[in-house]
Amino acid sequence: MDIVAAVRAFFAAQPPALLAGLAGVVALLSVAGAIATVLTALKPDRDYRELRQRIASWWVMVALLAGALLLGWQATVLAFALVSFMALREFLSLAPIRKEDRPAILAAYLALVAAYGFIAADKYMFYLVFIPVWAFLGLPFLMAMLGQTRGFLTTAATFHWGLVTCVYNLGFAAFLMRTPDSDRLPAGAAGLVFFLLLATEFNDVAQYVFGKLLGRRKIAPTVSPNKTWEGFLGGWLATGLLIGFAGPLFTPLAGPGLLVVAVALPLAGFAGDVTMSAVKRDIGVKDTSHAIPGHGGVLDRADSLTFTAPLYFHLLAVFALSKF
Amino acid sequence: MGWLRFLVLVLVARPLALFLTGADVTGRERLPLKGPAIVAANHSSHVDTLLLLAIFPSRAVARVRPVAAADYFLRDPVIGWFSRHVIGIVPVARLKAGQRTRDDGEDVLAPARAALAAGDIVVVFPEGTRGDGDQLGQLKGGVARLAEAFPEAPVTPVWIQGAGRVLPKGEAIPAPLNCAVLVGEPLDWEGGRTAFMARLRVALLALKDQAPPLRWS
Repeated sequence: MDIVAAVRAFFAAQPPALLAGLAGVVALLSVAGAIATVLTALKPDRDYRELRQRIASWWVMVALLAGALLLGWQATVLAFALVSFMALREFLSLAPIRKEDRPAILAAYLALVAAYGFIAADKYMFYLVFIPVWAFLGLPFLMAMLGQTRGFLTTAATFHWGLVTCVYNLGFAAFLMRTPDSDRLPAGAAGLVFFLLLATEFNDVAQYVFGKLLGRRKIAPTVSPNKTWEGFLGGWLATGLLIGFAGPLFTPLAGPGLLVVAVALPLAGFAGDVTMSAVKRDIGVKDTSHAIPGHGGVLDRADSLTFTAPLYFHLLAVFALSKF
Repeated sequence: MGWLRFLVLVLVARPLALFLTGADVTGRERLPLKGPAIVAANHSSHVDTLLLLAIFPSRAVARVRPVAAADYFLRDPVIGWFSRHVIGIVPVARLKAGQRTRDDGEDVLAPARAALAAGDIVVVFPEGTRGDGDQLGQLKGGVARLAEAFPEAPVTPVWIQGAGRVLPKGEAIPAPLNCAVLVGEPLDWEGGRTAFMARLRVALLALKDQAPPLRWS
């Protein structure tokens, strides 16, 4: 009985909007799963294994992130640190790196630990400058002391690109968890992070679905041949509407702030997707790993988030949050 | 001592391998689950052994025994105890090139034969030593002699991509980087050691071709 009471108290302490939002995601995934089951039954000649695998992976990702969000900022910061670590490991594994750079690889992981340490310690100013200024200078200095000058600038840029996208930019999502309640949050700090993830992933899926249904004109043929204008515009409109209607339930955004986020976030998601595709094409791989069945690697799933997370954070800081 | 080894492999080796390498396995269903069976992999790092111990399902892992050089792994009592009882190595004496048996006439493969006879899954690194991780080195023929002695044991080729970057020979601190493990179709013994070694080499190189690129120069 004590356990039942504890569980009840745990959920009673959560913002109702956050629980409703998570329930909505569960409902969406259930519908997607039902559609996949019906499709498999109706068209036995076609292979829907990847679609079912994708949906199964969504359940796992939603369960892990929802669990972290409900447990609080410590669990969420840890979860994002793990996501950053896996993304950075994928990036450094595929990027051209010189054999002499092993100490620099270790230093990059140390920079990750330090950056998330600043989030855990709630040191916003330290976080803001640590990777863009100090890791930016420190890693190339370390590389210089290692003594290999062949391909120096390219390698320094590679390290910095990996650290900023995989650690610094994703870290902004985790830093939202440190927003105090005094900022009048309708669904708590977890609601802010939940809505960022919801809008970003909804945009990914909407672009994909509109592209599959209506796609004709290629938008970036040399980089991402499957992306179309129809998919991009359909995803933009659908995600913009989602943000416009559901944004006030989870964020303190209203009026012009809400409008700017609704217009800009889908664009940033698209930009992240295309830019990461260019990186993958340069490296010569389609997926960054097979860590998430049906999706590819962590970086394949989080590519748009590396662009939307800092944008969402900064727009919230400008329009709605007094802490940042 | 078997329970200690099982706990260390499942609770330490697996999370450690996942942390250091991501353990991106293709063809896991082709791994043998019962012995006698032989797994032949390329070798560029101690991480190879860690990874191979980590990717077997729990019900098979107690049977997995990596063949390892006695001169290296039994050189001092602490490492020796750990190698025997936790890693579960099958110690073999390394021979000079062209040497069939040791000067005292002892059969160096006897411990590996005994393990196969006991129904173990024996992991061999036919290169005989850790290479640079970029190329497949020359293969030594011991694995063909084992396959000949146990024709019922399938020989499963495994290519491990990238372990040499995580912990190259001579380095002490591992750097986490993704590794791909590609498990091939098992080879059956069809007679003829030279032909068998040629098939194994072709199988390993075919797996290497499917591995993600190593941009590492």
